[in-house]
Formats: sequence, structure tokens, C-alpha cells
Amino acid sequence: MSIPQGSFYENHGKYKGILAWITSTDHKRIGLLYLYSIMTAFMIAAILGLLMKIELIAPGKTIMDAKTYNGFFTLHGITMIFLVVIPGMPAIFGNFMLPLMIGAKDVAFPRLNLFSWWLYVLGALVAISSQFMGGGPPDTGWTFYAPYSFRTSTNMLPAVIGAFILGFSSILTGLNFIVTIHRMRAPGMSWLKMPLFPWALYGTAWIQLLATPIVGITLLMVVGERLLHIGFFDPSLGGDPVLYQHLFWIYSHPAVYIMILPAMGVISEILPTFARKSIFGYKAIVISTMLIAIVGYFVWGHHMYTAGMSSTALFAFSFLSFLVAIPSAIKVFNWLSTLYKGSIHIEPPFYWAASFLFVFMIGGLSGLVLGSLATDMHVHDTAFVVAHFHYIIFGGVGFAFFGAIHYWFPKMFGRMYDKGWATTGWIIFFIGFVTLYTPMFYLGIMGMPRRYFDYLPEFHGGNIVSSFGAMILITGLAIIIINLVRSARFGAKAEMNPWGGTTLEWTVPSPPPHENFEEIPAVTQRPYHYPII
Amino acid sequence: MSTTEKHHIVRYRTYVYILLALLTFTGLSILVTSFELGPLAVSAALLFATFKTTLIFMYFMHLKFDQPVYGIMVSVVLLVFVAVLVVTFLDYSFR
Amino acid sequence: MSQTATHSDSFDATASKIGMWLFIFTEMLLFGGLFIVYSVIRFSHQAAFHLAAEELDLTIGAINTVILLTSSMTVAMSVTSMQYGNRKLTLILIGTTILLGLVFLANKYFEWSLKIEHGLYPGSAILQGFGNGDTLFFGLYFFMTGLHALHIIAGISFLGVVMSRVAKGKIHAGFFAHLENGALYWHLVDIIWIFLFPLFYLIT
Repeated sequence: MSIPQGSFYENHGKYKGILAWITSTDHKRIGLLYLYSIMTAFMIAAILGLLMKIELIAPGKTIMDAKTYNGFFTLHGITMIFLVVIPGMPAIFGNFMLPLMIGAKDVAFPRLNLFSWWLYVLGALVAISSQFMGGGPPDTGWTFYAPYSFRTSTNMLPAVIGAFILGFSSILTGLNFIVTIHRMRAPGMSWLKMPLFPWALYGTAWIQLLATPIVGITLLMVVGERLLHIGFFDPSLGGDPVLYQHLFWIYSHPAVYIMILPAMGVISEILPTFARKSIFGYKAIVISTMLIAIVGYFVWGHHMYTAGMSSTALFAFSFLSFLVAIPSAIKVFNWLSTLYKGSIHIEPPFYWAASFLFVFMIGGLSGLVLGSLATDMHVHDTAFVVAHFHYIIFGGVGFAFFGAIHYWFPKMFGRMYDKGWATTGWIIFFIGFVTLYTPMFYLGIMGMPRRYFDYLPEFHGGNIVSSFGAMILITGLAIIIINLVRSARFGAKAEMNPWGGTTLEWTVPSPPPHENFEEIPAVTQRPYHYPII
Repeated sequence: MSTTEKHHIVRYRTYVYILLALLTFTGLSILVTSFELGPLAVSAALLFATFKTTLIFMYFMHLKFDQPVYGIMVSVVLLVFVAVLVVTFLDYSFR
Repeated sequence: MSQTATHSDSFDATASKIGMWLFIFTEMLLFGGLFIVYSVIRFSHQAAFHLAAEELDLTIGAINTVILLTSSMTVAMSVTSMQYGNRKLTLILIGTTILLGLVFLANKYFEWSLKIEHGLYPGSAILQGFGNGDTLFFGLYFFMTGLHALHIIAGISFLGVVMSRVAKGKIHAGFFAHLENGALYWHLVDIIWIFLFPLFYLIT
């Protein structure tokens, strides 16, 4: 592949080849390193998911036994959550785009940034090693609930320690981004002139910083239980397993906002560009972002409605969960209002952003069913939950991810992908997605439990449809990925601003040079300053 | 951007006074255990710990002399932590 | 562009300080999680905690508190002496801080040895045989003071590196962000102990 002249692809330091990349402190290279590692993890986890769906295509054992299935859904969860969706947007697009979008040459602590990636790789290897050692793959689910997580003979320690290391990587990235945004915005870019993706990254970074340590210490306590029998969560020693759940979800709920906030930020970037219209309600979106980050801290108990909490807690958590839905709804209104009377240019990023709105709404509304105490009693731990979180994570974050990669691809790789194939891939993926997950809502309401490799005959029909959806989705995914990989090498050369975007990343060459800007720009206008039509 | 922040230099004497205050509070907190306070015992101990911590934040860690942004960040973090603790106890206190 | 920690114009002392504070926040929340666990478990085992706390040696705990508070003062003073350009005094003060930290660790070692000799350590038969509240009290004691001790070691290492850079003149009156940051970290470690002390030693 020819190296674009003058771009960051040219080696600057003393190393060549792969070494030049894995020792680079250039945020753009680090962003791509994350892209390749995360996509690898994603594809492994997606295959695991496909195999799970094949197992579920018929009752009873189809291709694996129960123990294997337990290991599969555990690894699928650990990989998707800790290796793909939590790092995902900030690590890939945050790293690549944040300095460009605020007019900086790099992040505040470039060496720390590289260290974060190395921690990611280390954490991933340690976690994956749990699959291959003596005791067998972990079978607790990605949630590592007590007391089973310290009674099981499977390889919990590498999984838990791997997750701990990955948490560190996340924390350091958050730290880096907060300082970068505070200190390195271009002259003239006040807080309220900053584009919405950096704002989203800012809110996300605070959650990464403040929530992750709680799961860190919780995982350390699980290690303490396994090795030292400290007993905090062990009923036989007087401890409380529900306390584990509290601590685990105190992180893991804010974690889903780590996932969705950057995704929402991407949508806020894509829609104005393809509507040729300024974002509607910039300030409202900023405030909503920060509100989601803050209120999101206090809703964790909605994962624990059936665990045995007091009714005061039940009521409080349900109330707060409904509250946190409001800022998200505000954003959806603003996005739609952005499109209203806009001049829509239909391109692949727009397909992803528009379909995001659809799946995010469904995911969000199903969340209300779960947030409401009375209805949750019936659907907790059923396939309904699985449908909800796949709609909102895979649908919400996943669609935004694909939107982001199709939006920023020309900037990152200096080439354009085949739009025909991109669109075809999206159509097939979307059909597969809806086919795969919609039946699960129905199956859950009818009573099919989650995390079971077997089910009653009355659930068979829904499962057949769902499993076929999985195969369609994987096909769409393959088309999308192959198109992107091919186009990175052989696609038509891209110009500086192929979409007509108004943010700073579109003012540098595609791909950008090593130091981003020849001269740090002076910012005078607000972002998304399209002329009023 | 500069290699140092414009810094108010804190006198050695100030630090000594703060240490004396810290040691006094420590002594008081030990003294208080000889009284039968029942459930208030925790509150008394934590109250002294909070005073001591505040002194350390404000003087040893310079928050009193720094730009407000640091103090605001510290306050927000402490608030979030306390709020999480309170919400957790919504479960345990009312079971 | 790579961030070089030298006197180059690209070094942003404010960024460095904010970064250190942010890291301190993560440590506060790490221990915060343990305080939540302590609070909940104590709430359910009040009497057992009262009794179990009497096993701990208040004198050693108090001495350790005085040691750490004093070490906080010395390291804070070292920033002042650095600002005055007094390299020798700075080295003495940092050295004293490190020394006090080592004495703290030595005390901890003795304290723990005593307990372990009596069969009081996590996972021991004696401890498992206690009533639940006592088992949990000692589990918390060892886990929290152990994690704290690890952070003391980290703080000592940090200050050791800083001390060597002061000695070599790489940290000086015009450039002392790393000394400030090391001092901030040490204060954090002190603050954690300020809460550990009453919660374990003063609830008798």
C-alpha cells in the first residue's frame, strides 16, 4: 500500500514497520492500533454470538453442551463489554479525532496514551488466557456474581485480573481526555464553541475516571475472596452477595453511559453534516450530556430489582431510572429537529445515523419496561433483557460506530470506500439485526430465560427466526468489513472534506500530517455553522 | 502554558501550625472513645477525620491557594461518592 | 510530538497538576469502594465490630497516625523549600518523609506479625471459626490496611524518584511540578489512613 506523502503514515522515529506503530505516541496511530485490536476482539465475540444462536436454533443440545454454552456467553459478554464497547468509541475515534476537532497537535499525555493501549493489549491477553488454563473457561457470565464467582472451579482469576487491567486502561484514557479538553483547545474555542463529539468524550471521560475504580476494587475483592476468603460477599462467612451486586453495578451502569455518550456525540456530528443544517439545541445537548453522566450514577439498582433490596431502594432506583431517560429523549428531539427542513444528503453515514434513531428508540423504550418495577418482575433475566441491551448497545453504540467509521474513514485512510457496497452491507445488516433481536422481546415476555442453552418447545419458533437473523446479520457485517478493508488499500483517493463538514478535522489533509495542523487554527465561529437556507 | 504555575509560597510556619492542629484533632478523637457515645461514636470519629482531611486538602495540598477549578473538582468527586454511599444505604437501612 | 518532561516550552505545569489530581480522584474512589463495603458490613454487625476492634493495638495505630501526619508536613515543606531554591533542605525534607514512611511500614509489619502469630489472618481456621462479624472485621482490616500499605510503597517509590531528580538538578525552583505531584500523592495516602485509623482502632 502506498504511503500517503506527508501524512502520519510516514515513519518519523527511529523504528520501522510494526515497531514504528506499537511504539508511537501519535494519537492517530494509537487510534488505529485500537481500531485493529478492537475489531479483532469484536469479530471473535461476534462469532461466539453466532455459535450461541446456532445452539439456540433448536431446543436441547444442538452443537454444544450446557457447560460450553455457559463459557460462551461469559466470554461473549466479557469480550464485547470490556474489550469492544467500553473502549470502542473513545479509544478509536476519541483518540484519532479529539485533538483534530479541538485544534490540537496531540493529546495532553501522549506517552500515557500509548501506555493505555499497551494495558488494553495486556488486559485482553490475560482475560483470554482464562479460556485455556486448567480449570476451564469462566462460566459465571460477564457479571461475575458472588458467591458463585468464588466458588466455581473455572479460571476466574485471569478473567477478573484481565478486567482489572482493562479498567486501568480506560481510566488513563479518561484522564488524558479530560486534561486535553481542559488545556488544549485552540485559541478562540471556548467551551461552548467546542463540537459535540468532544463534549460527549468529556462527559464520558469523567465517568471512566470516577466509576471504573469502583469495579476495580470490587474485582480485587473477588480475588480476595478466591485467594484469602475475606468473606465480604460470602454468606457462609456473614457477608452479603447483594453487596457485590451493588458495587458491581455502581460501575457497570455508568459504564453503559461510557458506551452511549460518545455514540450520541457521533450522531450529533453526522446529522448536521448530512442535513446541511446546524444542530438544533446545541446547549440542550451539552446539558443533556452532562446530566446523563451525573444522573446515570444513581440508577444502578434497576439491575437488581429481584435481588432483595428494600422497597425504598426499589422505588428510588425506579424513579431515578425514569429521570435519566429524559435527557436522552431531549437529544432525540433535537436530532429530529436538526433534520427538519434540512437539506438531506443521503450517504452511508446518514443511513447509519438515521437507523440509529430507530433502534435507539426501541432500545430506550424497552428500557422503560425494565425500569418500571411491576413489569420488570416478569421480564428480569429473560430474553427481553437480552433484546433490550442488544438494541441499545449493538443498535445504539454499534450503529453509531459504523456511522463513525463510514464518516471519518476518508479522513483516517485518505481513501473513499465503495458506497454501493456500504449501502448494501447496511441494508442486509439492518434486516439481520431486526430479525435477530425483535423475537427476543416476545420470547422474554412469554417467559424464556436468558443464559440457558435449552428452552421449552413453545419458544422454538421465535428462536428459529432469531437465529436466522443472526446469520443475515453476520453476512451484512462481512460485506461492510470487507468493503472497508479493501477500500483502505485500493479505494479512490479522498479529498480533504468529502462530506462538507464544518468541524476542524475537515480542514486538514486526508490523511492528516503527523502534527495535524501546520498552524494551530484560531477559532471564531461556533461549530455546524451552515448558512440558514 | 508554563513550566510552573504562578505560586503563592506557603510558609514553613503555616505547615507546622497545621500539623499541630492535626495532632490535636487526633488526640481529641482518641479521647472521645472513652465516652459512651453509642451510635454517635462513628459520627464523632468521622467528624474529626473530616476536619483533618479538610485541613490537609486546603493547606498541605494547596487548594486554598490554587485556582478554584481544583477545589470544584474535589468537591464534585466527594459529593458523588457521598451520594453513592447514601443511595446504597437506601437499601440497607430500610430492609 | 511527544511530551517530554524537561524544561521545554511544551511542558504544561497546569496540565500536569490537573492530571495528578484526576489520578488522585481514582484512588479516592478505589478506597471509597472499600469504605462502602466497611459501612454496609459494619451496619449489619455493630456489636461484633466493637469487640473485634479491641484486638487492635491503639498505641501502634496512634503512633502510625502521628508518623504519617508529620510526614505530610515534611513533604509539604519540601515544596516550599524547593520554591526558595534550597536544594539541600528539600532533599532533607523528602528524605525525612520517606524515612517516616518506612517506619510506618515497619510498624505495620510488627502489627501484622502479632496478629498472624495468633492465627488471625484471612483464611485462617481461627478466623473462619469466629462469629461472622469478627471474620469480616479482620478481613476488612487486612484488606484495607494491606492495600493502603501498597500505596505507601508506591508513594515512597514516587518520592524516591523525585528525590533523585532533585539531587541531579532536574527538578528545581523553575520546574518542580513532579515534586508537587509526588507530594499530592503522599497527602492522599495520609488522608486514607486518617479515615482507616478511627474506623478500625477507635470504635471500641
